[in-house]
Amino acid sequence: MPKSILAVDDSTSMRQMVAFTLKGAGYQVTEAADGQQALDIAKTRTFDMVLSDVNMPIMDGIELIKNLRALPSFKFTPILMLTTEAGTEKKMEGKAAGATGWIVKPFNPDQLLNTVNRVLS
Amino acid sequence: MSIDLSQFKQTFIEESDEGLDVLESGLLALDSGTADDEVIHAVFRAAHSIKGGAGTFGLNEIASFTHVMETLLDEMRDGRRAISKEGVNLLLNSVDVLRELMDAARDDVAPEMSRANEVQAQLDVLLANNDGQVQSADVSDEEQTGSGVSNSGSEQKGWIVKFRPHEHMLRTGNDTVRMFKELSSLGDMENSADLTTLPEFTLMDPELSYLSWTITLKNNEEQGDIDKATIEEIFEWVEDDCDLTIEPLFEGGLVETEIEPSEPVENVIPVAEAATISDNVKPIEEPPVENTSTERVSPKKKKSSEGGSIRVGTNKVDTLINMVGELVITQSMLSQMGDEFSMDKLEGLREGLAQLERNTRELQESVMRIRMLPISFSFQRFPRLVHDLSQKMDKKIELKMTGEQTELDKTVMEKIGDPLVHLVRNSLDHGIESPEIRLAAGKSEMGTINLNAYHQGGFIIIEIVDDGAGLPKDKLLKKAIEKGLVSPNENLPDEKIYDLIFHPGFSTADQVSDISGRGVGMDVVRKNIKELGGNVDVTTNPGKGTKFTIRLPLTLAILDGQLIRVGSETYIIPLVSIIESLEIQTENINSIAGTTEVYKMRDEYIPLVRLYEVFDVKPETTRLQDCLLVVVEGDGGKAGIVVDDLLSQQQVVIKSLETNYRRLDGISGATILGDGTVALILDMSGLLAMAKEIEPVRSYANA
Repeated sequence: MPKSILAVDDSTSMRQMVAFTLKGAGYQVTEAADGQQALDIAKTRTFDMVLSDVNMPIMDGIELIKNLRALPSFKFTPILMLTTEAGTEKKMEGKAAGATGWIVKPFNPDQLLNTVNRVLS
Repeated sequence: MSIDLSQFKQTFIEESDEGLDVLESGLLALDSGTADDEVIHAVFRAAHSIKGGAGTFGLNEIASFTHVMETLLDEMRDGRRAISKEGVNLLLNSVDVLRELMDAARDDVAPEMSRANEVQAQLDVLLANNDGQVQSADVSDEEQTGSGVSNSGSEQKGWIVKFRPHEHMLRTGNDTVRMFKELSSLGDMENSADLTTLPEFTLMDPELSYLSWTITLKNNEEQGDIDKATIEEIFEWVEDDCDLTIEPLFEGGLVETEIEPSEPVENVIPVAEAATISDNVKPIEEPPVENTSTERVSPKKKKSSEGGSIRVGTNKVDTLINMVGELVITQSMLSQMGDEFSMDKLEGLREGLAQLERNTRELQESVMRIRMLPISFSFQRFPRLVHDLSQKMDKKIELKMTGEQTELDKTVMEKIGDPLVHLVRNSLDHGIESPEIRLAAGKSEMGTINLNAYHQGGFIIIEIVDDGAGLPKDKLLKKAIEKGLVSPNENLPDEKIYDLIFHPGFSTADQVSDISGRGVGMDVVRKNIKELGGNVDVTTNPGKGTKFTIRLPLTLAILDGQLIRVGSETYIIPLVSIIESLEIQTENINSIAGTTEVYKMRDEYIPLVRLYEVFDVKPETTRLQDCLLVVVEGDGGKAGIVVDDLLSQQQVVIKSLETNYRRLDGISGATILGDGTVALILDMSGLLAMAKEIEPVRSYANA
């Protein structure tokens, strides 16, 4: 049973890159274009991991993490932020909301895969 | 594993185009003071996404340029910097630079950086003006980094990690088991847990973490010495959710130290933070190597984006899939009927065929709709244009747009762009008066240009309405007489006078300005629009304003045509070109100079075009009184086309002759009729030009 990952980013190219990389490594990937979409999907099923952009329209990453952690099935799911934020401010905000960790943009596919493999090993 | 990132680059560039549009329109809204908080956030988000993507996909020039913009926008967003006109204008310039850089990236060539560097320097100057706090924050971080990485004893054998998760750490999805696994992969690990803090079983909350660990991690020979940074990296995500110390392990055994919750945090943060900062400030330093090298070394020019992609709403695709589904059902129904057909099923067969026809038609319509885009794609450049030009001309102009969601064919949209720009520039330059003149005329200082779009029948109507001075009728007439276009004693109706502006080489601007009058006249605008099968008209109200109305077919792929017959050939005349069709009365036929035949229709004489002569086909008859006349209007005026018979009117799907055969004068394309035969579609302007060239050798006897 391949592990499932929910990838959330409003940028199509980023989402495609993330999905392509992870699928290539044998993960099963579901994509969402903003926090609200992701949350709607998350209410219907479980995932082994969530990767989410922070800056998004409609519902941003921080809000998504807060909402996900409130769902029983996402209490302990690893949720990683994909962030370009220079300061630690956003990271801390994300952590406070319940994020597991972060991957700093720009990242290349190998970096992404390393981190995901590490968490899901 | 290496993944070719270039496959996502195109998508990135396309979405960045949209991002740049958001940036631009947002900035314009900020400039005009109509923006709310959400606008500056959207603008920031757009810049931010472009920066992130550009860094990821190896477009480092774009990433570093956008970074400066983002910094400025960030300050504006947080209210640390006032949103000044200067700043907004500079950011608008930056958008232009980014567009250039994106174009270079699209074509895979090295970008021209001179303008980018210039604008970036200006941004830097602006940023340097009042951002002491940002600078100093960065510096202090770096200083800390310097002191953070320090001791590495020579006799060191490994590390002692003391790790006490805070109660809630598990709730962030960080699993201690994972961290231990990773630690154990670094060297030889011994781990002892402190169970003293564990509460009584009944009081225990399984979601909380109660334990603390002391981990001894020894360097082993195969893996070499363990880096402190590697250990810190494992705990990077939880540094605030635990008490952590990482102490060197020396020869003699453990060095006893007390865990002090506050101190170790300082030890860990700076390194992690420093790494993040350098990642973000200078993404140039680690470009994906393969990407840059192909970009720089072989700047092969890709074909321009003519055949570019198209973004289609999912609802349209869903409809399409739905239709295809129905088509499949109909098909299987029919094939089942074919397998075991008997005459009593004839009625069912008819029904099935009718259903097939309906499915096909619906499918055709939905496919056509895929090429339809909202006209906002074309309209969105105007706020910027109006903003820039009105500043340049010291005019106050407000642009209002309605019907931006009106859809039309992508090809039509691409081709209508330039004529639209010309018309809007024209309204700005010649239409709207300067504020002083407006005030003197009792109007408000602020001029208005309205761009409206709506559907009417199978057409889209685009209106460009200004509330300026209107067209100068007397000046137009004078000029026309000067140029010999109109004779001095001719009594032209008003609309004919206004229509003169579409005449080739007719410009009333006293001096050619930078804004309009760039050699492209209104005649070209009309020509371009006619080539699309549309038309443009002008109405004006002296002192109140001018209105240009453009009428365009929704698509170039389908045409309403009149089928006509000459001998055994069928041709199609576009319905839009036809004025009327009539039976020929021989007494109305005249001949000028013995060769050119003209037909008197009411007060007009129109030249006759015998289609069989132009195309050299055998007609049913050459006697005009047995023929029918289709009066059409082309570029060169009206003409009467002599045909054997009028057949039906129908919508035809246009097939290009050029791609399947070659270009032919007088023919704009071809179509396939219901019975499978090919019919040529006549191009009126070309046909009339051809007819003029043919000096028919004709005895008048057969008339």
